[in-house]
Amino acid sequence: MEKVCGMNERVRKLRRQSLDTPPTLSIERALLMTEAYQKYQGKVSVPRLRALAFKHLMENKTVVINDGELIVGERGPVPQAAPTYPELCCHTLEDFDVIDKREKISFAVSDETRDVQRDVIIPYWQGKSIRDLIFDQMTPLWKDCYEAGIFTEFMEQRSPGHTVCDDKIYRCGMLDFKRDIAEAIAAIDPARDADAYDRREELAAMDIVCDALIAFAERYAALAEELAEAEPDERRRAELRKIAEVCRYVPAHAPRDFHEALQMYFFVHLGVITELNTWDSFCPGHLDQHLDPFYRKGLEDGTLTRESAMELLECFWIKFNNQPAPPKVGITLKESATYTDFCNINIGGIRPDGSDGVTEMSYLLLDVIRDMRLLQPSTNVQVSRKNPDRFVLAAAEVIREGMGFPSVFNCDMVVEELLRQGKSIVDARCGGTSGCVEVGAFGKEAYILTGYFNMVKVLEITLHGGTDPETGKKIGADTPPAAELRSMEELLAAFRTQIEHFIDVDIAGNNIIEMLYARYMPAPFLSVVTDDCIKNGRDYNNGGARYNSRYIQFVGLGSITDCLSALSLHVFENKTFTLEELNKILSANFEGYEKERLTLLNKTPKYGNDDDRADRFIQDTFEIIYNAVNGRPTPTGGTYRIEMLPTTCHVYFGSVIGATPDGRRAHDTLSEGISPVQGADRRGPTAVIRSAAKIDQVRTGGTLLNQKFSPSVLAGERGLGALKDLIRAYFKLDGHHIQFNVVSADTLRDAQRRPEKYGDLIVRVAGYSDYFNNLTPELQNEIISRTEQEEF
Amino acid sequence: MPDAAALVTNIQKYSIHDGPGIRSTVFLKGCPLGCLWCHNPENRSYHVQLTRKPEKCIGCLSCLAACPSGALAAGDSAPLRDEARCTGCGACAEACPALAIERLGRRMTAAEAFAEVLRDAPFYGAEGGVTLSGGEPLSFPDFTLELLRLARREHIHTCVDTCGCVPWENMERAAEICELFLYDIKHLDSREHIKYTGADNALILENLRRLARITKSIWLRVPVVPGINDAPEHVRRIGELAGELGLSRVHLLPYHAIARGKYAALGLEYALPDVPEPPSAQMEGLCDILTQLGLDARTGG
Repeated sequence: MEKVCGMNERVRKLRRQSLDTPPTLSIERALLMTEAYQKYQGKVSVPRLRALAFKHLMENKTVVINDGELIVGERGPVPQAAPTYPELCCHTLEDFDVIDKREKISFAVSDETRDVQRDVIIPYWQGKSIRDLIFDQMTPLWKDCYEAGIFTEFMEQRSPGHTVCDDKIYRCGMLDFKRDIAEAIAAIDPARDADAYDRREELAAMDIVCDALIAFAERYAALAEELAEAEPDERRRAELRKIAEVCRYVPAHAPRDFHEALQMYFFVHLGVITELNTWDSFCPGHLDQHLDPFYRKGLEDGTLTRESAMELLECFWIKFNNQPAPPKVGITLKESATYTDFCNINIGGIRPDGSDGVTEMSYLLLDVIRDMRLLQPSTNVQVSRKNPDRFVLAAAEVIREGMGFPSVFNCDMVVEELLRQGKSIVDARCGGTSGCVEVGAFGKEAYILTGYFNMVKVLEITLHGGTDPETGKKIGADTPPAAELRSMEELLAAFRTQIEHFIDVDIAGNNIIEMLYARYMPAPFLSVVTDDCIKNGRDYNNGGARYNSRYIQFVGLGSITDCLSALSLHVFENKTFTLEELNKILSANFEGYEKERLTLLNKTPKYGNDDDRADRFIQDTFEIIYNAVNGRPTPTGGTYRIEMLPTTCHVYFGSVIGATPDGRRAHDTLSEGISPVQGADRRGPTAVIRSAAKIDQVRTGGTLLNQKFSPSVLAGERGLGALKDLIRAYFKLDGHHIQFNVVSADTLRDAQRRPEKYGDLIVRVAGYSDYFNNLTPELQNEIISRTEQEEF
Repeated sequence: MPDAAALVTNIQKYSIHDGPGIRSTVFLKGCPLGCLWCHNPENRSYHVQLTRKPEKCIGCLSCLAACPSGALAAGDSAPLRDEARCTGCGACAEACPALAIERLGRRMTAAEAFAEVLRDAPFYGAEGGVTLSGGEPLSFPDFTLELLRLARREHIHTCVDTCGCVPWENMERAAEICELFLYDIKHLDSREHIKYTGADNALILENLRRLARITKSIWLRVPVVPGINDAPEHVRRIGELAGELGLSRVHLLPYHAIARGKYAALGLEYALPDVPEPPSAQMEGLCDILTQLGLDARTGG
């Protein structure tokens, strides 16, 4: 199964270590954080408290250099060790048991760790964590909605992040940032600036964290020297000395060469993901564009070859795979059941001046992806109409390998989406996509995902006049009962009212959560590397960035469209049954109503077939959610917008909904992203694309379209060329993103039966890839049931 | 003829093996040949057909209620059809929620079919376009020519997949408009051809010679059926014919048995004796023979 191409012995060994080490939970960070809070809390301002805590971490956390590695630094004390963040979420001992014992996405918890949690962490943090503050602040209605599965909340266990590094860290070191900070402090007018105190404290905090990261690197330098002393092998000794030299130079200064550039990024990465457990960790963004100058320089001055650059890149890749996403519990686990931490590297695209951004480094990165076959980092190609076909074909060849990497984005559309939001043209071009599919102005924007929103659940409640039939609780707005909804227009109006009602509840909660982070959980380190936090003297979590967006991610667009199509045809047009009769059929979960179920399933126009009778409802739904959310202000000066992606939330959201008018049985999964309902698309990939392109995607911050191909469709040059044309056509139609699973359903079924044979089978889930064996059976079945585009 | 109509069984999108690029293939119903290995048996008859998949039937009897001719009666597992009474109107298929009965063939005008083809125009790119297949598109010259004309007007590349067993006049008219022919050659021996396809190959070969005098934009396509036409010598002769006519491209299409299920659903007998699918090594060997003749030979569509 496993294809090993260009990896050398060193890389192979490090990769094996990364793959074979079981994930563990590390209590070290929690302990250090607690020590810092015990020492400083109440004595200094909150930003300074966070900065001093960061400093304490950087000065005391374990430093480790794995045997043979060239790029150094771990978040935990060893590879695959994930820390906890008790200031955000203080796990109970029961949580630890679950995390330790659960079948999927588990982390080994040692007895010692458990003891520390019981004796030190829980006594200090219980009732004080952000999660506690959030649930304390939420209204009973918010809690009812949350428990009913109307929406999820990203920030109840993980901090805002959702952002990406731009090119500044290749131009400036921490010492340069310190100079900028000093200038910003000097510019404060304490007599006239009402925010002078807040600004100064924030900037002082930023100054502390710059020093802390330098100190962290110095510790790595010292360790490398120490190891070099004891190293018998001459070659390795030289490597360790080189590592020491690199770590003494970056991150204090801007990198001078390729090796330093990679190490620079990784220190910054560790800074961000150690400061807080930012959702969507952190990401180097346009890595090929950032590295290309260093690569060319290295080739010119003879310090680098293609092979040595490849080796460094592969060592760099493994560092990402060593960092599993911090352990999640409860609904947060359900909506994102994966070890992947969503660092998503952008390849290709365009340059800040608008010209073709593809370089030899882009092709090198594609080779790295194909070699490494690792879950992390995720990768995508940014395809512009300006990029050569060679680039798209090279990406298609990697896609054909079947790992779901790289996903494919419409770079020109991404720029247009950012421009629509008010970004400058250069900031838009420097932007890209991160996490799963989300657009952002890299290095200049806080674009925070707040949580998923369950449109189909809202329709279910609409069909019951505001009551959730699963619990009997009235949590919706007052809209007419089913008997009084006499036309599709009336039904859509009621649906709109319910959407607006639940969005209000969701946003009211989000607004409080946003302020809790702004007040109590600033992120001075992330602020240093995000424009214009230094200039504004304001934190990333408090609107300090140049641009600030908050997203609500809508789930189940395909399902809702098919439901509305079925209601329109069978209830209001053909009058096959009344709405009340339909409700009865649904509440019976189709028991005794097989004919009706099949009628709804098979005799209804469905989304994904380029059938306007169905697709008009995706447009209706889009307008309803767009108008309910887009443009609303947030308390720290941001703007709400919409996105359409699910991670694994379509499984969870389906589990809280009874049978639906599209013929779906109770608690079955929903459709994901903007993909059709699994199996509903029967007219091939072009029909799916035509349907998806009817959504006005430019008004979103990202949509996600999954396609599953049987490997034979992509065989040969013909298959590859057709895939390229398919991608180009979707993007010509203003599609945002498309990704491919290239694996047959038969293979997946076999993998379910004999998991031991398929240990390294990687599949595309939603905005990420995962090992098939890591997925829950529900998710495995969902992927199997997606329509497989066959050979014709 | 703008309102020329024909029975269409399917307009297949993202068709990547019926000519260059991404294409939409329009399948017309009705064929003068009856090849035993035919993998589109639904396109042989010139009439609407109803397929039956009794294993899907849930016994709701919606079809009985819908049938205007009283051609259906309740049966043990699924309703029974009285073929004498059935007019093929398709009301039963329309009514069946379980997709146990499906109607094959929808009468469409060329304009209606083209509207469907045009929807996928963004995908055709520089190479792709529309392919007419079947069945035999040149058995329906009015429809086919009109669709070709409509496509040319929109600058959509045109292709006809033909068995060649049609009046020369039909082919000649198509050659004025169509940009590429996929021309099937089943067997060069007349008796063998009659045995396996039910028709003589004289007209087919004569039409090919005449067509090749008008255009060289012809890809020969040979279904390779083991034991029937896969002898290296036979393939060589086809290659020599191509060379003689000045044609450069030949596609060898390996026989596959996946259409067997279709025969059962149509109530047809699968008359081809049990033949294996040709192994890829054999296909490569046959391809090499053609390549050595200086031809651009490929396996698959």
